[in-house]
Amino acid sequence: MTAGAVPGAPRGAARLVLADGRVFDGEAIGAPGRATGEVVFTTSMTGYQEALTDPSYGGQVLVMTYPLQGNYGVNAVDSESGRIQVRGFVVRELTDLPSHWRSRGTLDGYLARHGVPGIAGIDTRALTRHLRTRGVLMGTVTSDESAEEALARLRRTPDYASGDYVAEVSTREAYAFGSGRDPAEGAPHVAVVDLGVKRNIMRILSGRGCRVTAVPHTASASEIRRLDPDGIVLSPGPGDPMLLDGVVGTARELVGAYPMLGICLGHQVLGRVFGARTYKLPFGHRGANHPVRDLRTGRVWITSQNHGFAVDGSELAQEMRVEQQHLNDDTVEGLVHEELPIFTIQYHSEASPGPRDTEFFFDRFLSAVAGGEALAAARERVGGV
Amino acid sequence: MREEGVTSVLVNSNPATIMTEEGVADTVYIEPLTVEALTRVIDRERPDGLLPTLGGQTGLNLAVELAEAGVLDRYGVRLLGTPLESIRLAEDRESFRGLLREIGEPTRYSVIVVSWDDAERARRIIGLPAVIRPAYTLGGTGGGVATTPAEYERIVRSGMAASPIGQVLVERSLLGWKEVEYEVMRDGADTCITVCNMENLDPMGVHTGDSIVVAPSQTLSDQEYQMLRSSSLRIIRALGIEGGCNVQLALAPRPDVVPWEGAEEARDRREAPPYYVIEVNPRVSRSSALASKVTGYPIARVAAKIAIGRRLDEIANSVTGRTTAAFEPALDYCVVKIPRWPFDKFPAGDRTLGTQMKATGEVMAADRTFESALQKALRSLEVSGRSLLWEHASWRRGPGEGGGEPPLAATDDRLWALLAQLRRDASPAELSRRTGIDPWFTERLARIVSMERRLLAEDLTPALLLAAKRMGFSDGVIAELADRLPEQVRALREGWGILPVYKMVDTCAAEFDAQTPYFYSCYEQENEAPPLGRERMLVIGSGPIRIGQGIEFDYCSVQAARALRRAGVAAILANSNPETVSTDFDTSDRLYFEPLDGESVRDLLANEAGEGGEAPPSIVQFGGQTPLNMAPVLNRAALPVAGSSPESIDIAEDRRRFEALVSGLSIPQPPGVAVERLEEALPTADAIGYPVLVRPSYVLGGRAMEIVQNAEELARYFVAALEEGSGPILIDRYLEGMEVEVDAICDGERVLIPGIMEHVERAGVHSGDSMAVYPPQHLSEEQRAAIVDYTTRMALALGVRGLMNVQYVIAPEADADGPGVFVIEVNPRSSRTVPFISKVTGVPMVDLAVGAMLGRTLAEQGYPEGLWPEPQLVAVKAPVFSMSKLGGVDAFLGPEMKSTGEVMGVDVSFEAAVRKALIASDLDLHPKTPVLLSLADRTKAEAVPLIRALHEAGCPLYATPGTADLVAELGIPVSPVTKLTDDGSRPREPVVGQPTVADVIADGRVRAVVNTLEGKSTTHLRDGFYIRRQATEQRIPCFTSLDTAGAAIRALAHPGSYEIRPLPEYRDGVAAAARGPGE
Repeated sequence: MTAGAVPGAPRGAARLVLADGRVFDGEAIGAPGRATGEVVFTTSMTGYQEALTDPSYGGQVLVMTYPLQGNYGVNAVDSESGRIQVRGFVVRELTDLPSHWRSRGTLDGYLARHGVPGIAGIDTRALTRHLRTRGVLMGTVTSDESAEEALARLRRTPDYASGDYVAEVSTREAYAFGSGRDPAEGAPHVAVVDLGVKRNIMRILSGRGCRVTAVPHTASASEIRRLDPDGIVLSPGPGDPMLLDGVVGTARELVGAYPMLGICLGHQVLGRVFGARTYKLPFGHRGANHPVRDLRTGRVWITSQNHGFAVDGSELAQEMRVEQQHLNDDTVEGLVHEELPIFTIQYHSEASPGPRDTEFFFDRFLSAVAGGEALAAARERVGGV
Repeated sequence: MREEGVTSVLVNSNPATIMTEEGVADTVYIEPLTVEALTRVIDRERPDGLLPTLGGQTGLNLAVELAEAGVLDRYGVRLLGTPLESIRLAEDRESFRGLLREIGEPTRYSVIVVSWDDAERARRIIGLPAVIRPAYTLGGTGGGVATTPAEYERIVRSGMAASPIGQVLVERSLLGWKEVEYEVMRDGADTCITVCNMENLDPMGVHTGDSIVVAPSQTLSDQEYQMLRSSSLRIIRALGIEGGCNVQLALAPRPDVVPWEGAEEARDRREAPPYYVIEVNPRVSRSSALASKVTGYPIARVAAKIAIGRRLDEIANSVTGRTTAAFEPALDYCVVKIPRWPFDKFPAGDRTLGTQMKATGEVMAADRTFESALQKALRSLEVSGRSLLWEHASWRRGPGEGGGEPPLAATDDRLWALLAQLRRDASPAELSRRTGIDPWFTERLARIVSMERRLLAEDLTPALLLAAKRMGFSDGVIAELADRLPEQVRALREGWGILPVYKMVDTCAAEFDAQTPYFYSCYEQENEAPPLGRERMLVIGSGPIRIGQGIEFDYCSVQAARALRRAGVAAILANSNPETVSTDFDTSDRLYFEPLDGESVRDLLANEAGEGGEAPPSIVQFGGQTPLNMAPVLNRAALPVAGSSPESIDIAEDRRRFEALVSGLSIPQPPGVAVERLEEALPTADAIGYPVLVRPSYVLGGRAMEIVQNAEELARYFVAALEEGSGPILIDRYLEGMEVEVDAICDGERVLIPGIMEHVERAGVHSGDSMAVYPPQHLSEEQRAAIVDYTTRMALALGVRGLMNVQYVIAPEADADGPGVFVIEVNPRSSRTVPFISKVTGVPMVDLAVGAMLGRTLAEQGYPEGLWPEPQLVAVKAPVFSMSKLGGVDAFLGPEMKSTGEVMGVDVSFEAAVRKALIASDLDLHPKTPVLLSLADRTKAEAVPLIRALHEAGCPLYATPGTADLVAELGIPVSPVTKLTDDGSRPREPVVGQPTVADVIADGRVRAVVNTLEGKSTTHLRDGFYIRRQATEQRIPCFTSLDTAGAAIRALAHPGSYEIRPLPEYRDGVAAAARGPGE
C-alpha cells in the first residue's frame, strides 16, 4: 500500500519484532518496507518533526510514549536537518487529519516521502515498560515476513553499538550556515564540528550575531584552524563516543587555542579528551523533562535530552570539573574547564524540541568567544537578540 | 505540613470537607472566614506563619485584608509561600499589566473602571465586543462579554457590584483564540517547572471552568508549546511566587487573526508574539487540582512544602519514590475534563456559557486516545438520559414544527449539538469555522460519528467491537446502535475477550518504575493492575459535584477508605471527579479513575477478581445516590455489596414497599400514595387534600419534587415527569410543620443516633437548602423519644448495616393522639449531614458504619445504642448558593434543592451560632441595614413580629405597596416603592417621585430583601422573580422564607459577642464524659 496516500483509508498490518523475541502487532504507517535499528523511546509530548529529523537518532527506531502523534501535521520550519534521521517510527495513534495553519501535510505522508517505515496502533506503554526493564535493544518494523523470520534476520543484523552513525549524518563538505541575514563585519566566527548537528544550534549562534561554519566530522585540526574561528562547537550526534577516536584526537589538538562548547555527543567527546570514559545507559535519557542541577547554584533546570551514553566523571582530568548533574541518576550533565574557556553540556540547550530554559548557556560560551566585547559590539550592529 | 514537622492550625467554615476533620491539621477551627474571626484565632494561637495560597481566592483575599489591617505585623505572623507583594501584583490588574509590559509579555489593552464615566471612556478606547472582568472575585463572578452597548452597561454595572473593591477591567474580547493554561511551580531557589499544560476545546470567550479541557495540549506545535511555557516561567519568576501558579494564555489560531483595531494597540502588536497573557492565579486553584489529577503530580502538597522553605529538588516524588518534585510530568495518555452544569435542575436558567462560570463541578477521564477519554468523561457526567447519542427533541423536528438545527452557540448542549450536526452531514471544517473550535477536535468528533455509522450498518464482529471499545463507546451506546441489549454486548465482549486493561498514571510515561496505585482503563494489551492479593473492598465515590450531591459525599468516601485501611482491609476507590480528596492517590490502596456507571464498575470489579477469583464487596453507602443506584446493578450481576443489602436498599428507595414496611411498624407517615398514571393521581390527590407534595419514587436532591396546589398543577407536573421517565410518582399530604432529620448507624442489632437536627425552615424547603440546627431547640422529650424509637425500629426492620438518614416532619395538629412525628423519607446511605454531625458530636460515623459492614458491632467499637448525649453547644449548618452566576434562576427556596455547598457556625448559644453561619453564607444582617419587604398576603400576619424586630434594630424599611400599608399600620415608618408590574404581569406605570424595586436594589439603597412567594407557581414575569434575581445579582441577602429571615433577625437582635475556639473545645465536657470504653 502507498502509505499516507488517502486519509482515513485502512492501513495494512505491520509488526514490531524485538531482538529478545517480543512481538507487537499493529498497522503499517509511513513507507512500505522494513526498518531495523536500536529501539529507543522519548517521553517528549510535542516535537515529533524535530525528533524525526534529529541526526542523534541515526540508527534508531523511535518510540513516542505520548500516544497521539501527527496532530499538527508537518511544516516547513520545524525540521532540524534535511531529512528524517530515524530508521523507523513507532506510535500508538497517528492522525490522518492534522490541524495547524503551518501544516503542509500529514506525518504519515512525510514518513512515506522520506522512505521511513513505521508502525501504529500498538501498546506503546507496554513497549516502553519492556525497554525500561530490559534496556534498549535492537528491533525491526516489518510487514512482509513472519515474526520468526524477522527475528532471525534481526539476529544477523550488526548491533547498534558497532555502527558509525556520525559518518552517515555529518556533512561531507564545510559550509557557511545561512540565516538569511548576513553577519556583520567583524562578527565572531564559530566553527561547528558537525557530528550530527541540529539546525537550531546554528540558528541560535547566528541569531546571536555569529558567523557560523559547519565542518565535517573528518575535518582535521589544521583544516579547522585555517577557518580562523573565534570559537568551536562540537555538536550532538548519534552513536557510541568510544568509537570516535578521530574526532577526539582533533578536539584534543584544538584545546587551548579556542573557546569550545561541547553539546551532547560533543560533550562526551570533550570528556574523552580530558581522560574520561563513556558508558552506555540502560535505556538512555530521551525527553523534554530532564532535571539537571547546577552544582554551583543548586538551581535545577528542566532540559531536553537525547542520549544513550554518558560520561563517567571518575577518571576526568583534574582541570575539568563536573559542574552539572542529572537530578535523578547523578549522571554527568556538564563540565567546565578550570582555566580555559571550555564548556560542555550533555543536554540540549538548543531545545527544539523541548524547553528553552538553558538557552543562556550559549551566551556563556559566546562571552568567552572573541573576549565577549567584539561579540557584544557585533550584536549591537546587527540588532540581534 | 505534618510530614515536615510543622504544627498547623486550620480555619475554615465548611464542615463538609476532609480539611476540617480533626487529625488533618493539629488544631481545627470551624469559624467564619472574616478578618475579625481570624484575628482572634491568631491572637489565641500565635502562629509563626500564615499560608493562604491553598485556600483559593478566599484565602488569598483574607491574607491581603489581614496584612492591610496590620494584623500580621502586630502578631509577627510571616506570610508563607508567595509574598504579599506578588499576590497584589497578580491580583491587581493594573499593576499586573505593568509588570507584563516590563518583562515584554504581550498583554491586552485594558481599562480599569470604577465608575460609569470610566466605563463609557473605556468603551470608546476598546470598542465592542469587550470583556468585563471584576477584580477579586471567585470564578470571575459578575463578568461577561458584551457585544452591544446595552449588554455592556448591564455587565459593567453587575461586575462593579460583584467586585469587593467595585472595580472591573474592560478589555478587548479575543473570541475564537485558543485558550491554553500552564500550571507552574517555583521554589525559593528560583527553580521553576511546569506541571502540565491544558488546552480548552472551547476557544476564548468561555470561562475555563465551563470549557471542555484536554491535557496535554493537542493542537500546539512544540514551538508554540515552548513559547507559552517560557512565557509562563518568565511570569512566575517576575512575580516572585513561591509555590504554585496558574497562567492562562490566548494563542492566535492563525497568523491572520487581527482582533486589535485600536490604533494604539495595533502599533504595539507589530513585533509581538502571537499570544496574549490573559490571567494569572498566584495560588493553588481549581485548575491546579485538575492538573494534579491529570498528571499525578501533587501540586498542593508540593506548594505547601515550598511555602515552608523546601526546594523542589528536596521534595520527593512520592509517585516514583526515587525521583524528586523538580521535573515535569510526561503523560502517555490524554485527559478530558467536562464541566458538570446544574441545568438539569434549573431548566429555566440561562444556558449560555461566557466569562462567568456556571458549572458546579466537573468530571475527568483519561485514556489513550482523545475520543475514548471524551466518551468516558461524557459517561461520567451522570446526567440521566444524556448518552453520546442524546439529541434535544427540537433538533429532530423540522423548522415548521418549532424545531431547528442543533445550535452551535456556547451552551452546555454544544458537544451534543456538534455530534448531531455531524450526524446530519455537516463538515468538521464548517463546524470549526462557526464555533472557533480547532478542526482537530471536530475531526475527532467526526471519527466518533463515523464509528456510530459503522455500528449501525455493519455486523458486530470482534474487530468492529474492539475498534468501538478502543474509541470509548460504551456497551450501552454500542447496543443501541447495533440493535442489541447492553447486557448482550457485554456478553459478546466477554466471550471475545475484549476487556479493558488498566494503566498507571505515573508522572513519567513509564520511564521509571512507579509505586502509585492510580489507574485508568483502556483497551490495550498490557494490564498493570493485577488483583490486590488481600482482603479488600471497593468504595464507590460520588462522581461530579452537582446540586444535591456535593463534596460532603466525598468526605464520607474518604473516611470510608481510611476506616478500611485502619481495619487492615485494602481500600479500592472508584471516582470520576478530579476536585476530590478521594482521588488523591494516597487516599486509597488503589484508585480507579473511571466513570461511575455499571459498565465501568463491573469491569474494574472483574479486574480485581482476576482469573477465576472473587470480586471484592462494594460499599455503596457513602457516595450519595450515585453508588446507591449501583446496588441493583451489582446485585443483578451477582457482585457482592457490603453493608445493607440491595434488598434493604430497594425497600427504602421504593416508596410503595417502604410505605408498607412503615405501616407494618405502625409508624405515622403523611398520608400518601404512589401512582403511575394521571388518572390515578387526580382522585388520589383529591382524597388526600391539596396542597400535596409530589415527587418521583426514587429520589435524590429533591429532583422534580414540588408542592402542588390544585389539579391543574398536578396534571402539569405529571406530564413533565412522565416525559422524563421518572417512574411511579408519590403523592403525599403536605404537612406544613417543622422538619427534623437524623442520621443513624446500625450494626444489624443496635442503632446509634449521633444527633437530631431541626430545620429552621418549615417543611417544604428542601433539607439541603434548609438551615439545620443541632441540637434541636424546639422538640419535646416525647417527640425526641418517638424519633429515636421510630428510627431504631425502621433501621432494624430494614436490616440496615451502616448508615441511614431519616427525615421527619413535626405536625402535632395532624396527630391528635401521638407526638406528631411523621416519617417523610428514609435514605439507606450516608447523608449530606454526616460530616456536620460527625464534627459537632465527635462520633466518627463513617468509621462506625464501615466497622458494622466489616461485622463489628457498635459495642465492639465502643459505642452505645440510642441517642448520643448532646454537648453544650449549638451548631448551625447553612446552605451556600451560587445562583448569582446562573442568570434566569429563581432564588426562592422550595422543595427542589438549589444550594451547592454549606457552611457551619458553632458556638455556645443559638444566636451566636446562627450569626456565624449567616456570616459564612453571606446572609448576615447588621443593625441599621436598610431592608426591602415584599410579602405575600398569606404571610403578612406572620411577618408582623419580624417587621417590628427589624424596626427595633434600626433598619430603615422599604416596601412594595401592599406590604407598605401593613408596615404603616403598625406605626412604623416605611418608604414605599413601586412594583414593576401589577400582578397580572402588565407593566405598571411609574409613580412620579417614587422609586421602583429595581431602583432601590440596583442603587444600593436597600442592602437586604425579604420576599415571600405569592402562590406556588412562579412565573418569571412577576415582580417577585425580578426582586429575587436582582437581589441575587447585587449579592445582598434575600430571604424567601420567613423562618430564615426570623433566624437572621434573632441573631441581629442579640448582638452579643461570639466565641472563637477550636472545634473540640465546644464539644468538651459532656461528650467526653459520655464516650464509651473503646475510646
